[in-house]
Amino acid sequence: MTFSFSAAVAERGFEVALSVAPGETVAILGPNGAGKSTLLGLTAGLLRADSGRAVLDDTVLFDSVGGSFTPPHRRGVSLLAQEPLLFPHLSALENVAFGPRSAGVPRAAARATARHWLAEVEALDLADRRPAQLSGGQAQRVAVARALASDPKLLLLDEPMAALDVSVAPALRRMLRRVLAGRTVLIVTHDILDAFTLADRVVVLDGGRIVDQGPTREVLERPRSAFTAGLAALNLLVGVRSQRGIRLADGSEISGASDLVVGASAAAAVRPSAVRVSLDEPAAANRLRGEVLDLEPRGDLVRVRSDRLAADLAPALVADLDLAPGAAVWFAFDESDVSVYAG
Amino acid sequence: MRPADGYAGVPRWVAAVAVVGALFVLLPLAAMVTRVNWGQFVPLVTSEASVAALLLSLRTSLAATVLCIVFGVPMALVLARSAFRGQKILRSLVLLPLVLPPVVGGIALLYTFGRRGLIGQPLEAFGVSIAFSTTAVVLAQTFVALPFLVLSLEGALRTVGTRYEAVGATLGARPTTVLRRITLPLVLPALVSGSVLSFARALGEFGATLTFAGSLQGTTRTLPLEIYLQRETSPDTAVALSLVLVVVAVVVVSIAHQAGSTKYLRGAL
Repeated sequence: MTFSFSAAVAERGFEVALSVAPGETVAILGPNGAGKSTLLGLTAGLLRADSGRAVLDDTVLFDSVGGSFTPPHRRGVSLLAQEPLLFPHLSALENVAFGPRSAGVPRAAARATARHWLAEVEALDLADRRPAQLSGGQAQRVAVARALASDPKLLLLDEPMAALDVSVAPALRRMLRRVLAGRTVLIVTHDILDAFTLADRVVVLDGGRIVDQGPTREVLERPRSAFTAGLAALNLLVGVRSQRGIRLADGSEISGASDLVVGASAAAAVRPSAVRVSLDEPAAANRLRGEVLDLEPRGDLVRVRSDRLAADLAPALVADLDLAPGAAVWFAFDESDVSVYAG
Repeated sequence: MRPADGYAGVPRWVAAVAVVGALFVLLPLAAMVTRVNWGQFVPLVTSEASVAALLLSLRTSLAATVLCIVFGVPMALVLARSAFRGQKILRSLVLLPLVLPPVVGGIALLYTFGRRGLIGQPLEAFGVSIAFSTTAVVLAQTFVALPFLVLSLEGALRTVGTRYEAVGATLGARPTTVLRRITLPLVLPALVSGSVLSFARALGEFGATLTFAGSLQGTTRTLPLEIYLQRETSPDTAVALSLVLVVVAVVVVSIAHQAGSTKYLRGAL
């Protein structure tokens, strides 16, 4: 099930080209308004592109040259949204049987298929309930079963966990991991955990363009965009490769090993837990001056943020240093904690 | 007065004005009931002319309601679900019978389907004559009742939105399947209440019917026409038949009200 996609929508400033290999799960990450929903809408056939072409297996989904457009119901693309959107007038079983029924499967066979998929998502006991009688997590399970029961060649998931309680998300994530294995899937998410547990590859969108992409672990450990770095909770410093490491835009230099050639554009990532904060200039080679923007409690640590760096400190240390927004401080970190890579 | 639940900020003077308004509606009904000749009630409403008028009214109103559904549902769908140039103007024009004096509607129909009308004349050549027939009654009623169905259904379609329909399409359902299995069940309460309102409007139709269909007993003389005629000769019959129409109207309104609140839609939208 190869999916190749390339489309532009001028009104939304959207211009994206990507492809998905058979059986691959690709996570689409990006801030609000990045174009994630546009990508899904174009793929499902709910939106029209100004120009471009998308092909799923042998089916041309749309092609601006020649003006072909396959309507949503003939695409073999199923969309699961943030909200389950179960048909309120049908039972859970009839909701799941809707796809097979629409494909012309006789009623009894469609119900058997529906039972199979309800069992897959551990919701068989909910078969006779109306959507109004289901909790958010239960409804989303049924919605997953409904999407899978239509036997889609490509499955689109639009933040499937976003509307759920934190307490039910892990169970649903485990279930998705199981049922998505071997399927061709595009999953839009805000959650780095989804990307790590569900996706083989991530594509980061911002402002309607792809700003970062690659295997999940690689992209999240070596982010190239501020958004990805924020998502991975990493400090991202961008500049050019210098003799010692990387030279930032303001001329300051960070030491760090890399096999990049001098002068190449480079990025450096540092974990906030590896960053130290002091009032006096530290002796460490890697030090940057900054002004504290805000302090945010995170578990048993406090995240101290400046415009360029964030550091996770023990609350006692924050008190000792008397840190408050506006305070001028030094950030320092060891060379061994810096990872420098191509930017 | 006890508030429905929690704080209800209705000032006393507003409630007082509301009571006056309610009396304005209810008092005439009560006044009419006081004038009913109960001793003669049954013979009056079961006279040959009365029964003929009542049955004709029920038959034509039902036929008109069916026509309203057949044409109104597609009209509401097109108005609610598509966007095209001139849609707003078309919408206002379609809803025109709602504000048009029924007599004017009758004249318009006469010049369309009448003996010398736009469509009536060619039809006449095939030996089909519509004006002053029962068909004319049904057409007049449909003309005035159609906007009620279109309006309530269009509103419901917009409220329900297209999200369920989009899900249905991505699950592989053809547009007709989506319409049959998702859209129509979702707006069923509005379809029922809209149909009941159309039926009620058709039942009460007077002006357009008289103008376009005339007043032939058993053929075009519906209950409102019969009441109007009897008012001159037998006021008791007019009052008794009026009461019958009031009862039918009350039943119809309560059915429409019931249909408007369907269980499964609660919390789903």
